[in-house]
Amino acid sequence: MKEVDIAIIGGGPAGLSAGLYGARSMLKTVVLEKQSPGGQILLTDLIENYPGFPGGVNPEELTKRMREQGEEFGAQVILDDIDGIEEQGNFWKVNGWEDEYLAKALIVATGSEPRKLEVPGEAKFTGRGVSYCATCDAPFFKGQEVAVVGGGDSAASEAIYITKYASKVYLIHRRDKLRAEMIWQKRVFENPKLELVWDTVVREIKGEKKVKELILRNLKDGEEKTLPVEAIFIFIGMIPNTGFLKDKVKLTPSGKIDVNLRMESSANGIFAAGDVINVPYEQVSVAVGTGAIAAMSAIEYINKNFG
Amino acid sequence: MELIDVNDSNFEGKVLKSPVSVIVDFWAEWCAPCKKLEPILEEIGKKYNGKVRVTRLNVEENPRTAASYAIRSIPAIMIFNRGKPADTIIGLHPKSYIEKLLRSYL
Repeated sequence: MKEVDIAIIGGGPAGLSAGLYGARSMLKTVVLEKQSPGGQILLTDLIENYPGFPGGVNPEELTKRMREQGEEFGAQVILDDIDGIEEQGNFWKVNGWEDEYLAKALIVATGSEPRKLEVPGEAKFTGRGVSYCATCDAPFFKGQEVAVVGGGDSAASEAIYITKYASKVYLIHRRDKLRAEMIWQKRVFENPKLELVWDTVVREIKGEKKVKELILRNLKDGEEKTLPVEAIFIFIGMIPNTGFLKDKVKLTPSGKIDVNLRMESSANGIFAAGDVINVPYEQVSVAVGTGAIAAMSAIEYINKNFG
Repeated sequence: MELIDVNDSNFEGKVLKSPVSVIVDFWAEWCAPCKKLEPILEEIGKKYNGKVRVTRLNVEENPRTAASYAIRSIPAIMIFNRGKPADTIIGLHPKSYIEKLLRSYL
């Protein structure tokens, strides 16, 4: 078992930012990451709206810099997968696959994972034409026709990325306008390879060994039609990763951690930041900002209760 | 422990005829999450040294093998047991998840 001051669960932008602030306060700070630091941003090819990087920044590069900056001050990034936490007196015990950690304060920055469509065929064809990562899988569909589902920033930006490879991309959205940033909408409308399919949901994904066609339903007139495609990329929002917390902190109805402006959760000594909290916008800059607040609140909490 | 590179021509010998279970990591240069998976698999190779052979196959350079297993999404890990595909894991997952699955083939 490792004894630390601050244990941060999750090594995306929120967790790495919290790690930097924790380490700079000279507290023993660990960042526990289950796969690889960076989190969701690694699935995109370029981040254009993080201040300080005209021309955009490669997510890999941004992660590396954030990690190194924290490590300069002593933050320690540990690869471990956390499956539960327990209260032990004033401390929180964090149970990982590799080790256990006893911490004075916890910062939960576990982010979120892609929401599934939950239609027939989705699970069966995952990896066989159903994808949640355009940068990983678009090159498999060079010169082919594919579909993207969703209407937010991810759907719009990834659809444009996929047009580098596919001959045609259908962007299927259940409403009659996109939610994506206006700059993305402009790029979508100007792209000759992109065709918008409005007011439409996917009812079923069909194929034999791989995806062959989608059954679509128009929500306005109820009409169903078949769209032949080789792949379907799904970007319909995210589900917060809070399963391991069980009932220890209060969640919102959508499963996000309910925090106040100091990033305090309902439990003593547990703070949270990034995509997993109840802020409406999942952005790197928001994650980094809330990570800083969570760390500063955690530092204050430790000074007050363990001084 | 470094991953063993396998390709279209040595796949049969190195994977299908292996005396122990084999992990094949299907990857490509363009795939960032694939690079994140590598250190995790290296650790697994070290931990289960002698009990499992951990390999990787570049899907761009070896389209024949990738296509014969219908790989259309990476990272993809396949576990081969006695020359037969026994399990497939699509996408980046924690080490614990891969280990739990692997243990039933050791």
